Amino acid sequence: MSQLKDAILSVTARGDKAFIPYIMAGDGGLEKLKPTILKLQQLGVAAIEVGIPFTDPVADGPTIERAGERALANGTTLRKVVETLTSFADELTVPLVAMTYLNPILAYGVEQFAADAKGAGIRGLIIPDMPLEESETVQPALSDAGISLVQLVSLTSTPERMERLTKASEGFIYAVTVNGITGARSSFANELEEHFKRIQSYTDTPVLAGFGISTPHHVTDFSSFCSGVVVGSKIVDSLVNEDWAAIEELVSASKVAAVK
Amino acid sequence: MTSEVKGRFGRFGGQFVPETLMTALQELDEAYDKVKNDETFQEELRYYLKNYVGRETPLYFAERLTKECDGAKIYLKREDLNHTGAHKINNALGQALLAKRMGKKKIVAETGAGQHGVATATACALLNLECIVYMGAEDVKRQALNVFRMELLGTKVVAVDKGSATLKDAVNEALRHWVTNIEDTHYILGSAMGPHPFPTIVRDFQRVIGDETRAQILEIENHLPDAVVACIGGGSNSIGMFYPFVEDKEVALYGVEAAGKGIETGKHAAAIYGGQTGVLHGAFMYLLQDENGFVQEAHSISAGLDYPGVGPEHCHLHEIGRATYGNVTDEEALEGLKLLCRTEGILPALESAHAVYFAANLAKTMSPNDILVICLSGRGDKDVHTISEALGGNLG
Repeated sequence: MSQLKDAILSVTARGDKAFIPYIMAGDGGLEKLKPTILKLQQLGVAAIEVGIPFTDPVADGPTIERAGERALANGTTLRKVVETLTSFADELTVPLVAMTYLNPILAYGVEQFAADAKGAGIRGLIIPDMPLEESETVQPALSDAGISLVQLVSLTSTPERMERLTKASEGFIYAVTVNGITGARSSFANELEEHFKRIQSYTDTPVLAGFGISTPHHVTDFSSFCSGVVVGSKIVDSLVNEDWAAIEELVSASKVAAVK
Repeated sequence: MTSEVKGRFGRFGGQFVPETLMTALQELDEAYDKVKNDETFQEELRYYLKNYVGRETPLYFAERLTKECDGAKIYLKREDLNHTGAHKINNALGQALLAKRMGKKKIVAETGAGQHGVATATACALLNLECIVYMGAEDVKRQALNVFRMELLGTKVVAVDKGSATLKDAVNEALRHWVTNIEDTHYILGSAMGPHPFPTIVRDFQRVIGDETRAQILEIENHLPDAVVACIGGGSNSIGMFYPFVEDKEVALYGVEAAGKGIETGKHAAAIYGGQTGVLHGAFMYLLQDENGFVQEAHSISAGLDYPGVGPEHCHLHEIGRATYGNVTDEEALEGLKLLCRTEGILPALESAHAVYFAANLAKTMSPNDILVICLSGRGDKDVHTISEALGGNLG
């Protein structure tokens, strides 16, 4: 059903863990989007999360917020990102997951966006300011286009809520590992393992950890109790510094971890 | 009239927030439902409103202003006489008491003009709560006096230099702070906006304005007003004033948005008049935005109206035609301000001056038997530097 879910499951079926890097579209110019995505794809990532800049990114920490500001200054818009992705969609071998705040989608037109996004290789969508309760406005159009709406589950979600979110999430479950916004952090709560086990008990959809994962060590740690990780701020920083070695190290940790 | 199903007002409102906030919003919703009907809570709130804030505030017949306009009888609801100088204290105190009931010891708030920040800092000092206020760096400059007051009250003021460095960016930072400190912190949102249940909570704590006005005008005139006028940024003083009159069809309700340098210049804050529907800060509402859905900067001489959205209940009242929304430019607001100073010896806040200007024109079209009430939401002491600069002086 979900191409995104299938892609992740095919990685975990091999014994590897799913690694999903987050990039901010338009950071450094939209012309960087194609080479960056193609190179990440070559490194063996499971999917690529493509962030769309927004004027008021309340769920993002300083690193991604600044990347978004740079992208906005370059004139990046949801429409231009979709156009750019469409131009090389036939070269994609991994699914793309767009992360955008709700208002740009509303301005684009929900149905039009879903149709165009499909043509751009977008197979999953994360809307950080749209909880499950508000998803009716976009869900039908996305389903028609075969785009999975990924739900975030947070540490503050009550057990009842966690179950509902987990069962509703398509593609994968994005388990937020800290209370707060995106960004690198040094330590994680010990109860996390229990938390992940509980989430996975509700579903066969893969659970991925995200928010604050910034070192190969984090990748290894988290991979031991979930299906993979999303890495955002650290990738964004590394791309700015053109430090591909750091990115490769992160990606390969998802494989080493799986071998253990 | 205004349905509150799932926190909606017609098609407006909702809870468009990150998942991390959902549990906190549901907790807040439940906690508020409890205190709403808890007589001991309401008693405590009434005690502070009377003995600390100085309510009820007068409904004052503005005789000279009435003469000058030569139309309807004009009354002023004197929210400017509240402790801390504006209506904002009604909500800040109510929510601070609510936070105490919820066992939260820390408060975060945003502020534009600084009036809500000062009100929150005051309530926190009174109730021994730790307080942090986010304020746009532009506003910190424009409202240095209020920054100083907050600091005297023991509050930490954080200047936000992101985006347009005004109210919307302060809300972003306050939301981020809340997401990160959800366990021990309550967010005292200052206007009738944001995700459910805030628009309802803020309206309920502000409806004391309209409730008092209704009783006072019936006592004085034995007649409901024909028109009620209030300014709108997020829309808290106006919804507080309007709400008790919504079912009284004979009372015309007028909200006044800030037209800044003029709607045609694009430099304004009139979200209902000049915006399109969209989502920001947790609510579906009218919003100043471009064709890409990016939020545009609002512009107003008054920091308190300098917000690109407008509370969801106002959006609904507009859509169903129950309230009428006009707008007034910076220059016109200054005229309103001078008019009230000259005729009544009252220096209104720049926000309230928008309502004064609009109401003075409206009164001229009405008959001497008609009654018009202006919500004078705050006093203008905080604005003297801005006013002086705008009038070519050099106080600032």
